[in-house]
Order: sequence, then structure tokens, then C-alpha cells
Amino acid sequence: MSGHLFQANNVVAGYRPDLPIIHGVSMHVDAAEMVTIIGPNGAGKSTMIKAIAGVLPISSGSVTLAGKDITRLPTHGMAAASIAYVPQTDNVFTTLTINENLLLGASSLPKAKALEQVGKAYDKFPALKQYRDKKAKVLSGGQRQMLAVARALLTDPHLIMLDEPSAGLSPLMVSDVFARLRELVESGVSVLMVEQNAKAAMAVSHRTYVLAEGRNRVEGVSSALAQDPEVIAIYLGAGGRKR
Amino acid sequence: MLQALADGILTGSIIALGAIGLTLTMGILRFANFAHAEMITWGAYMALGALALMGPFMAPLGALSFGLPLIIAMVIAAVLTSLLALMIDHLVFRPLHGRPNDMTIVFSSFGVSLLVRMVVLLIFGGSAQYYSNTLQIAVPVAPGLRILPDQLFVLGFTIVTVISLHFFLQRTRLGLAMRALAENPTLARVNGIDTRVVIRWTWVIGASLAAVAGVLYGLTVQLRPEIGFHLLLPLFAAVIIGGVGNVFGAVVGGLIVGLAESLSVFIIPPSYKLAVPFIILLIVLYVRPTGIFGSAHHAGAK
Repeated sequence: MSGHLFQANNVVAGYRPDLPIIHGVSMHVDAAEMVTIIGPNGAGKSTMIKAIAGVLPISSGSVTLAGKDITRLPTHGMAAASIAYVPQTDNVFTTLTINENLLLGASSLPKAKALEQVGKAYDKFPALKQYRDKKAKVLSGGQRQMLAVARALLTDPHLIMLDEPSAGLSPLMVSDVFARLRELVESGVSVLMVEQNAKAAMAVSHRTYVLAEGRNRVEGVSSALAQDPEVIAIYLGAGGRKR
Repeated sequence: MLQALADGILTGSIIALGAIGLTLTMGILRFANFAHAEMITWGAYMALGALALMGPFMAPLGALSFGLPLIIAMVIAAVLTSLLALMIDHLVFRPLHGRPNDMTIVFSSFGVSLLVRMVVLLIFGGSAQYYSNTLQIAVPVAPGLRILPDQLFVLGFTIVTVISLHFFLQRTRLGLAMRALAENPTLARVNGIDTRVVIRWTWVIGASLAAVAGVLYGLTVQLRPEIGFHLLLPLFAAVIIGGVGNVFGAVVGGLIVGLAESLSVFIIPPSYKLAVPFIILLIVLYVRPTGIFGSAHHAGAK
């Protein structure tokens, strides 16, 4: 057993077992490490973290967290296994209040502990407090992202996975979200995120995986990869996508 | 006129009870369950069976036509109807869920409803039956308005049930999980909610309410195996008027349908009364398909 906090080995997954989108991807994340997954559209980035989160079935390969096999764990068991996932879209319940969204995030905890954790979330994200009893549909994109992250942190996870946390946000909000994630990492939480905004994401993360056509393409320390001619040509240069 | 209003509110409150269960299961399980109306029949007959086993109809409570045994029978009926719903879900709906063609599950609910009605017919026979032979005298409550004590009980019971359900949905963890599941099942699971457990509770609540509606309906009319079937259209009309998934909407929808049915006799011949919910349904679907309280987005359980 290796010493990595999180490890995925040769994961094969997709929306249907007979049509895999991910063809044997491996990656790892260490404690208090921030890792980015980038790649062109259709590379299988989102599919990969959905599969890890248990939202999509894994047909072969294995996933471990802190040495524990979580490959076949049902989606609702992930929170208790200390892994949190923030989807890209529809990541808050718009018909529920902010407070109810947070209470739901603590569903896997006993009630007293849940209330205590929700209280802590308001301390960490004071901006949410003023909307406590408002429906989440009144929140802006950036506020929703904040609520989604606050919700994911309620169970004190070892690893938080985010699918394009910067999507649809203004440049100012993007740097705010990334700074928040960076703070989390400094407090000991590991972050694994999929990003289209490759340049900004690589600037804040320790390491980066580049996926293409459902396979590992390149991987390495973010600062080094940012200088890699191939990566620059495909993702960061003139041909790079910017949202 | 006053009498018709009172009758409409009574019928409406029974429709509302049935419609609450239907709107919850439709909002959370996301299919039109045509078998829900048969849960009402099943519940009414299970109470009849339980009463028969408990012996003669003793000591009515006050001015009511029934006593404590009927209340006990209602609880037994709720339990037996919940078991039936869980069994149907396990054997029929769950294996079909997630199929590419959503209509399969809707048609299967048609099949289930026929089956349940025939089983009731087989066990209890097709002739009309009554919970009680006690003759009740309507109490005049206002000039031109007479109400049976049983009807007052039905109304009161419905109000208490609706208020308790509202608090359950708003204040408890399970209620919150049900509302979350109605809006976004995947996100609910990501939040650590075991949706299978929540779905089971949804069936239990929906079926229990249907059983209660069945027993209360049985108090005001004679029991026949077709009572549920005849409520099918009013139930769906009530749910769609109120917006799928909206508990409060189902209550208002039920009252509108009940009132429209009983007031229609002033305008059209009484034999056309049964067409009224159908006409309301058509108008709502044409003018506001998401219902009065439904939003353009998929409505959650509220």
C-alpha cells in the first residue's frame, strides 16, 4: 500500500458499462495537496471525478482513500468515508433555504453534531449568514459556489473534489474561489478539481494531470507543466480555451 | 347553495388527502402512479376487514356513527396499505425505474391498479358494504345547512393531518431529505442521503394517507371496489391544479375539485358531475400546465 491519501488505479468508467469514457486512468492526491485535472473537451475529466464520487459506476480499477477501498461504495456513503464532491451545475438545492442546504450537507452526522457543524460553516462563510432563511435560488453564481463548498466541508472531509469551480464566475470571483480553496489546503484538506480555466488553476495547484481521450496524457508539478511546450501548445497558448 | 358548498368542502377534503399522497410520490418518484387511487380502495376495505375481525360495532363515540374500533381499523388499514405499496415498489416499480422509456412504469401502474381492484373484488365481493348501520341524524348548523357529525369528523381529521404533514416536511430531517430528493436526487445522494430509505418512507406516507382517505370516504359513501377508480380523475386534477410535488397545492386543488363538482349541479345536469374534474384538468393543462403553485422549474415537495 502506498502512502498516498487518495489513489485511483486504472479506473474504467462511463455512463453505461458497455461504453466506457475513462479507459484506465490513474492518479493520486497526498494530504494537504491541491491537484488539478485539465484536458480538452470530452477528455473525461468530469466523468473521472463523478466515478470517484460514486455518481457513475466504475467497471474496473480501484479507488482508495486513506488505505480504505471505496471503489464500490454507494454515492451516499462517500460523505461518511470522508470524501466530498461539488458538482459543476445544480450544486445547491434552489427550492430549499441556505440553512436547509447546509443541514442536508450534514445528513450523515448525528443531529447535534450537524447543528454544530452548520454553525461553524457560518463562521467560515459569514456572507451566507445573512441569507440563512432565503431560498438558494436568490443567490448569485459565486454565492452558490460558496454555499456548495461550505456544504461539502460540513463533514470535515479529507478530500474535496470540485467540478469546474470557476465555471460561469467573473474573473474576480474566480480568484476569490481559488484563494478559498488554497486556504483549505493550508488547513490540511486535500483538493482535487477539474478545470477548463487551466492557467489559473495550475497557478494555484501543486500538481496537474492532463487527460485526453479518457487516458492519462501528461502529469507533473503544475509550475513545471505550465512551461511544458506540449501543454502550452494545446491548453495554455493561442489554441488554449478560455472561458 | 350553502349545503352544496359544505358538501363540496367535504368531498374536497377527502380528495385532498388522496392527492397529497399522490403529489408526494409523483414529485419524488417522478412518474404518474395510476395505482395510487386503488390504495384508497385497498385502505377502505382493509379497515372493513379489520372491523369484521374486531367484532360488532360497539359504543359509538358521541354523536358519531362509529367508535374506537374504526380508529384502530384505520391504523391497521394504513399499515396494510403501506405494506402493499412497498411490495408493489419492490416487485414492479423499482425494477422498471431508470428505463429509457418513462412510459413503461406509468403503464405498469395501470396494470397494478387493475390487479389491486380485482383482488379486493375477489376477497370482499362487488356488492355495496358499510362500516356502520347506525343511522345518523344531520345536525342543522345554519339555516339551510345540515351536516352529519361524521362529516365534521372527516373535515377536522383532514385539517389535522395536513398541518402535521406540513410540520413533518418543514421541521424534520426526513422531511428535508424528501424535499431535497424531489428537487435533485443525485445531489441528495452526494449529500449523504440514502435515497432508497427516503423513497420507502415516501411510499409509507403516501399509502397511509390514501388508506385514511379511503376510510373517511367509506364513512360518507357506501363501499364498492370502484371507489378508488372513481376518485382517479379528481385526484390527478387536484395534483395538477396544485402543481406536482406541492402538498399545499394538492389541498387547494382537492378543495377546488370538490367544490366545482358539488356546485356544478346548479349549472349542468347532475349526471354530468363526474366530467367536472376532467374539464378542470383540461383548462389547467391548457392555461397553466405547471399548476397554480408550480414553478416553471420542476417543483419540489413543499
